[in-house]
Amino acid sequence: MEGAIKDWRNDIYKVFKELNITMVSHVPDAGHTPLINLCEKDNEIDVVTLTTEQDGVGLSCGAFAGGRKSALLMQSSGVGNCINALALPNICSIPFLTLVSMRGEWGEFVPWQVPMGLGTPKVLEAMDVKVFRADYKEEVGSTVDAAARFAFNTNRSAAVLLSQKMIGAKQFKNG
Amino acid sequence: MIERRPFVQKILKNRQSNLRVVSGLGTSTWDLMSGGDDKANFGFIGAMGQAIPFALGLAMAQPDLKILLFTGDGDTLMSLGSIATVANHPVSNLTIMVMDNESYVETGSQPTATAGKTDLEIVAKGSGIANSYTIKNEKDFDRIIKTIYEEEGPSLVVAKCQAKATPLVFPHSFDGSVSINRFMSTLKS
Repeated sequence: MEGAIKDWRNDIYKVFKELNITMVSHVPDAGHTPLINLCEKDNEIDVVTLTTEQDGVGLSCGAFAGGRKSALLMQSSGVGNCINALALPNICSIPFLTLVSMRGEWGEFVPWQVPMGLGTPKVLEAMDVKVFRADYKEEVGSTVDAAARFAFNTNRSAAVLLSQKMIGAKQFKNG
Repeated sequence: MIERRPFVQKILKNRQSNLRVVSGLGTSTWDLMSGGDDKANFGFIGAMGQAIPFALGLAMAQPDLKILLFTGDGDTLMSLGSIATVANHPVSNLTIMVMDNESYVETGSQPTATAGKTDLEIVAKGSGIANSYTIKNEKDFDRIIKTIYEEEGPSLVVAKCQAKATPLVFPHSFDGSVSINRFMSTLKS
């Protein structure tokens, strides 16, 4: 924890440690980068870089079957890639936790991010995933804690949408 | 060409107590179940493309066990990127055995990419799984057993099989939560 960045990702990391989440998979997003860095420095956490978000669903379920808790980190654009894979934790009653950094909402610059950003909560709910949302930095820790406990205590899937308001909308510059 | 069902059954018949077996959806699961009901098996009946990442997560969580995945070429082709993930997060205890019949046999035997120009052994090698080879003959049985129990994984074996439909053999339950809980009862967490 020493030298850890004092921001809301640190609050997520604390939840991981408290709930013994020891595997973190991701397709990276800038919004998750500080958290990924914290996890990579931690010898008790295995960080798995995926080629597609859906593989994080299967990975998480296999890890849980083997006795390890995990979380999948992704950007909202990755949620659509996971739809059919979400049948696995659902039908097996395996707890599944994902943290989704939102794009396509607060001050978005790239129009291509908007369709999946708008679709993200609907797609998750359509697959029976309980959707939590954190709009403000102060509520991130408690929201991730609540979502993780929901998932692991009730053997269901839970997602936390981390608002673009907190992450900040990147303004691209040409040239 | 290998006749898949007796080949799978032979592997299961000689299994050691430290082996846990997972199968991808479709024929691979019916093959696995044809070897007899065993709590130490878990068969997918859906979630196509998820068997390889599931097996990776399981192998990472249970490093003292040997994890064997039977899956098809169709299931593997759906998640080719997962082979790269396995290669780059290596687990020494995982053997992926692709029962490659070059067709989607359950849906009317439409040809898969492996019936064309795609070679999954080369895909695996190119992805970084050095221990990858193809077998076309039952005589290679001993090599498979060595790979599963003795060699440093991850390994990916392509077993070229006959593309013929075999009788469906259902698992103990179609309810995934029942199957996974039976399977988990054989694991120490």
